Amino acid sequence: MNDAIIWVIAIPLLGSLISIIWSRYASMIAIISNLLALAASIIIVAQVYQYGPVNHALGSWQSGLGISLRADALSSILLLMSMIVISAATFYAGAYFTDPVKRARFWPLWLMLVVALNALLLSGDLFNLYVTLELLGLSAVALTALSDNRAALQAAIRYLSIGLLGSLVFLAGVALIYMGHGTLDLVALSNKVQAEPLSQVAFGLMTAGLLIKSALFPLHFWLPSAHASAPAPVSAALSALVVKVAVYILLRLWVDVFDLVLTPLSAMLLGTLGAIAVIWGSWQALQAQRLKLMAAYSTVAQIGYLFIFLPLIVALPEGPVQDAAFTALLLMALTHGFAKSAFFLSAGVIQQYCGHDRIAELGGTARALPLTTFVIALSGVALIGLPPSGTFLGKWYLISSSFQAGQWWWVPVIAIGSVLATAYVFRILGYAFGPGESVGRVLNRGREEIPALLLALFATLILGLGSFELWDFVAQHSEFLRG
Amino acid sequence: MDFFDHLPLLILLSSLLPGLAIFLVREENHLLRTSLNLFGAFTKLGLVGLMIWGVFHEWVTEMRWQIAPGLELVLHADALSVVFVTLSTVLWLVTTIYAIGYLEHSPHRSRFFGFFSLCVTATVGLALAGNLFTFVLFYELLTLATYPLVAHKGSAEAVRGARIYLTYTLGGGIMLLIGVVWLHTIAGPIDFQQGGVLSSLTHLDPWTLRWIFLFMIIGLGVKAALFPFHGWLPQAMVAPAPVSALLHAVAVVKAGAFGIVRVVYDVFGVEYADALGLLPFLGAIAAFTIVYGSVKALSQDHLKRRLAYSTISQVSYIALGTAILGPLATIGGIVHLVHQGVMKITLFFAAGNYAETLGVHHVSEMDGIGRRMPATTMAFSIAALGMIGIPPIAGFISKWYLGLGALQAGAGFWVIPVLIASSLLNAAYFLPILYRAWFKPAMVKWPAEKEHSGRWEMPGALMWPPVITATLALLFGLFAAAPFSPLEWATLIAGREY
Amino acid sequence: MISEQLLYSLAGVGLFGIGLRATLLHHMLLLRLLALNVCGAGVFLIFIAIAYGGIEVMADPVPHALVLTGIVVAVSATAMALALGRRLEALNDE
Repeated sequence: MNDAIIWVIAIPLLGSLISIIWSRYASMIAIISNLLALAASIIIVAQVYQYGPVNHALGSWQSGLGISLRADALSSILLLMSMIVISAATFYAGAYFTDPVKRARFWPLWLMLVVALNALLLSGDLFNLYVTLELLGLSAVALTALSDNRAALQAAIRYLSIGLLGSLVFLAGVALIYMGHGTLDLVALSNKVQAEPLSQVAFGLMTAGLLIKSALFPLHFWLPSAHASAPAPVSAALSALVVKVAVYILLRLWVDVFDLVLTPLSAMLLGTLGAIAVIWGSWQALQAQRLKLMAAYSTVAQIGYLFIFLPLIVALPEGPVQDAAFTALLLMALTHGFAKSAFFLSAGVIQQYCGHDRIAELGGTARALPLTTFVIALSGVALIGLPPSGTFLGKWYLISSSFQAGQWWWVPVIAIGSVLATAYVFRILGYAFGPGESVGRVLNRGREEIPALLLALFATLILGLGSFELWDFVAQHSEFLRG
Repeated sequence: MDFFDHLPLLILLSSLLPGLAIFLVREENHLLRTSLNLFGAFTKLGLVGLMIWGVFHEWVTEMRWQIAPGLELVLHADALSVVFVTLSTVLWLVTTIYAIGYLEHSPHRSRFFGFFSLCVTATVGLALAGNLFTFVLFYELLTLATYPLVAHKGSAEAVRGARIYLTYTLGGGIMLLIGVVWLHTIAGPIDFQQGGVLSSLTHLDPWTLRWIFLFMIIGLGVKAALFPFHGWLPQAMVAPAPVSALLHAVAVVKAGAFGIVRVVYDVFGVEYADALGLLPFLGAIAAFTIVYGSVKALSQDHLKRRLAYSTISQVSYIALGTAILGPLATIGGIVHLVHQGVMKITLFFAAGNYAETLGVHHVSEMDGIGRRMPATTMAFSIAALGMIGIPPIAGFISKWYLGLGALQAGAGFWVIPVLIASSLLNAAYFLPILYRAWFKPAMVKWPAEKEHSGRWEMPGALMWPPVITATLALLFGLFAAAPFSPLEWATLIAGREY
Repeated sequence: MISEQLLYSLAGVGLFGIGLRATLLHHMLLLRLLALNVCGAGVFLIFIAIAYGGIEVMADPVPHALVLTGIVVAVSATAMALALGRRLEALNDE
């Protein structure tokens, strides 16, 4: 059963290669691969839940020379979310792409994206993180460029250049770590790294590289155009997953490896940038004229919320309060992943229905596609942070931690962010109430709308009301939080 | 009593499930939709009746559901929740009948009734909330459920009014959330308890508690339309009449007022709140709002707007009653929750009838309307007289107790003038309407008369609801001393609080 | 005196700095790609300097593996960027 951790990477890889050869059946191959990988990820979560963190050394080469895979509570939950989103988007994409040329190109790249995501989440050493980060970046860029229009290509080129820069900065940090400590294994490093100049420089470099990848203000400028011009399922994966895993790496490095190196000042700096991201991103989202651009800016804002957690987690003493804050961060990331992907998928449906996604002309379309509008409303509720979504709980703990750590200044930021989010979400929903008699059939494009609906329900109901197990799970089975 | 423990959840489901089902009913299928509506309403009525019995005998009815560490969803039935739940349920039934009649031939009825049911679900959930977390949850859900109702007509001004409504209420929601989370942080999870919880937690800093109270009152005051957060209410008049009736009598405004009552009595404890100096502060805001609302109502010619400002004024009586220390004032405030609801809904039903049947929207067009629509105008008159405070209609009872309570607490010197001034102002803006309606000759032609061929002046579904609620207002006043009357319940609650 | 390891490491850092400056300042795709490759070369040089342990000692193979992987990644990324750039030019000409 230890093999699930390999299958979750190997199956999409095989699928990708097969779909290049047999492009006629690529869609079916992709669905099967992703469902199998989803099953594997469920097994991994179950294993971690029962036995604690799972380790696997590839090819039986021990760490130091070989590649080790490891799954703990944090990575396995993110893996599960990632596979659920990918599976839903895969169903969606099967109906979304009508041009056979695009289809043939899409599926192999999509499956490589899945491989990169899964391998990244399961990586146990720094260099593997670098490699999978690059793989992720390259697949994401290629998928973005699939729209094949000027805007998409320009966005893709910019994404690639900036991403490459970020990776190289990250790699420089990796080099310094190796120079100082002679190992790249995460577990070994978590014991070795102290507050010394070499580690501090490495810490700075790696953080900088990851900030570029996770689009924290002011390094977010590449994100809006890239996410807005990509095809809808790709945008969903980009906003919900690709950006998140960069935050995941940063989190793991901060809490696990560099916990003695980081200073409250550095955490406060990132938190402040996060706060600016929340306000700036929400403001820009309000000004956006296109649905997907609005969603992209909303992602910038939501990433900001995740970063506001950092100074709080650092400031709180070890114990249940800190654990709760950490789990709340995870819950917020999860909810946003589901909600944003549902939003992008719905935006794709709208775009296909009326040929554009300009917000001002949305009226008739919103009424003709009631289920899609409902999904946008559900995911909008999660984006604002209203009950019963998981984001509401995340916001609750964010405010609570702010009060407990004595850093009350985050609270007005959260309040302003929520008000702005309300404004930009309901700007869209207002169009659903235009004058006019008819409301369309509930289900218009079933294969596209139902996955979106399921994702939105996850975000707004399931994670909001049924996530109690998550708290215990993360607290008990995260390697670093224990002890 | 296992069934009783699930009773709160069943009451919630009795409107949630039909509501969700109604969304999927096709627009033309009136019969199915109406059946679902009425089925839900009557089921809920039955279940609430059971709950009243249970609470009266002090059987515990409680449900808990763990959401996160320190956060529990708690549904709990005590005397205060029973008052609000019963009010909501009875008035929902009446409004449903009214809405079915009012919206005949209107588009988007499935959507309307679906959200209508969700709105009641949220209100009932709020009433049954057993702790602050649950209260906040349903409070926000209420906003979400009522937005589509306000925007229902779909016109530009409807959407604009809805957006203003949303901004105010979600802004208020954030303030409430901050206050509640702050309280959780220093005092742990707070279950509502008669007599208040905070008085026994002596380690808490009084100034922090004052700030928390401020945040919560701002948050609740938005929905309760306390000055200066009342701005959304006149804007929300753009909604169809059943929605205005529901919002102003039952759901939104009452939810805010109910929240204030809960916070003062079951979180802080009224004596502790007084010791912290919070009550005079609340009382001042309430008193100002009472007078302000009445003054603004004088200058409104549009009937629904005049009623809107009247609501702003009248709901603050509840806050005023909460702000005066003493069982009589408490009784006055809580009983007004019910009385104002019944009276105001009558007024809005009547206003809706005038608009639907005759196209009359303004007071200046109401000359002689009493002869044309006697039943409706009679109901209107009873309710208006009750608002002014004329015995034996229910409104008099509330004002009487508030006055007595103020004297008992030694606050008479500022409360009595406010009560008198407000009654005079109420008379000033209601009596001319009644005079016009009954004693002036009718205008030659009504703005937009709809022909109706039945026996009565208008379709039964539109006429009977205001008559029923006006009768209730009269009965609540006449039989205030009877068991199970609102007054008796309020006395029961006050008894358990002090 | 400066050890060889330190010298090459500093050279790597210097290359990285030059490449970084060029990336941030130039807008033309080709120039940026070249600059990024110089950045990469700088980092690889640091890795190679780490691997060197002296004339007698065998060099550490791990950084070599890392550098090889890094070169592959850099080449693929450059190739993709060039392909995208050509496609964009083709679109611009239409």
